[in-house]
Amino acid sequence: MSAQILTITSGKGGVGKTTVAANLAAALAMMGKRVVAIDADIGLRNLDVVMGLENRIVYDLVDVVEGRCRLRQAMIKDKRQPELYLIPAAQTRDKNAVSPSDMVLICDQLREEMDYVIIDSPAGIERGFRNAVAPADKVLVVTNPEVSAVRDADRIIGLIEAEEKGPGQLILNRVKPAMVGRGDMLSVDDVLDILAVELLGVIPEDERILVASNQGLPLVMHGVNGASAGEAFRNVARRLEGEDVPFVELVQKQTFMSRLRALMNGQ
Amino acid sequence: MSWLDRLLGKNETSSQMAKQRLQMVLTYDRSDLPPGLLEVIKDDIIQVIAKHTAIDTDKVVVHLEQNTQENRLVAEIPLLAARARRNGAASK
Repeated sequence: MSAQILTITSGKGGVGKTTVAANLAAALAMMGKRVVAIDADIGLRNLDVVMGLENRIVYDLVDVVEGRCRLRQAMIKDKRQPELYLIPAAQTRDKNAVSPSDMVLICDQLREEMDYVIIDSPAGIERGFRNAVAPADKVLVVTNPEVSAVRDADRIIGLIEAEEKGPGQLILNRVKPAMVGRGDMLSVDDVLDILAVELLGVIPEDERILVASNQGLPLVMHGVNGASAGEAFRNVARRLEGEDVPFVELVQKQTFMSRLRALMNGQ
Repeated sequence: MSWLDRLLGKNETSSQMAKQRLQMVLTYDRSDLPPGLLEVIKDDIIQVIAKHTAIDTDKVVVHLEQNTQENRLVAEIPLLAARARRNGAASK
């Protein structure tokens, strides 16, 4: 059994990479998988607070790279899930303290003991991005239905292919169904038309995401059901496990034209 | 989009605008063409063709089109002669 290495990236900052990484890691752990999340954003440590593990950091990723501790010592064990770990980023160093080959080496060590390694990439397309992508088996591109985020996602998808890590898979985050319904937000189909990439998940905007990060408890661990972001994250985790999970229809727009189109498409 | 916009016939929603703008900007991002190149190409095309036949230089359009994985340059060059002939025939 060998771990799958997933890198979560986006190009643009603030689209929800860290939220996606924390929730996917937690969702997979709740499915009984052995999961380690790695914060690759050296100097801007974030994943620890979103996962609620910030008080237990002793060693970090740079300590491992520079040989101050063993890999196991830098793996913080989550208290709520028996097989969920975090390797935090260093807060006081810069991104050049880690190289792409360091990341490949660390992930190779984790492959035997884990089912998933989830790497939270920093924003941008520089060293930190290349560090995060170097060991990846699969790259998940997070974007929002917004022109600047979609443009950056397109650039990132191109770079992933250039690094021979493609094709990337898309997670469309922060979708507001009501805005899509009245034509004021790009729809899932619009974004897929533009980016021509495989869709892995659609996450609706959900205020509880902020509540969850306030508490340091990823939303999927809250146990809320229904058409929430937590449910959407769980669906992404199930798709990663190879399940064929249908995409929940977020927008209920029943116009004459949409019904006609559905009829003509034989739906 | 408000009902007033609909009533006034402003049919394009802001998401449609976003999609069109993105498709345009990504066509150029993906092609790696320097900005302004199309204007240079357009001027050159006008010069070459104008040597041989009369064209409506104000209406020449050169733009990039993208379908699936292929970029192509598309030039629309209205010929002045054909239109002038038709106009001439109609006025008789």
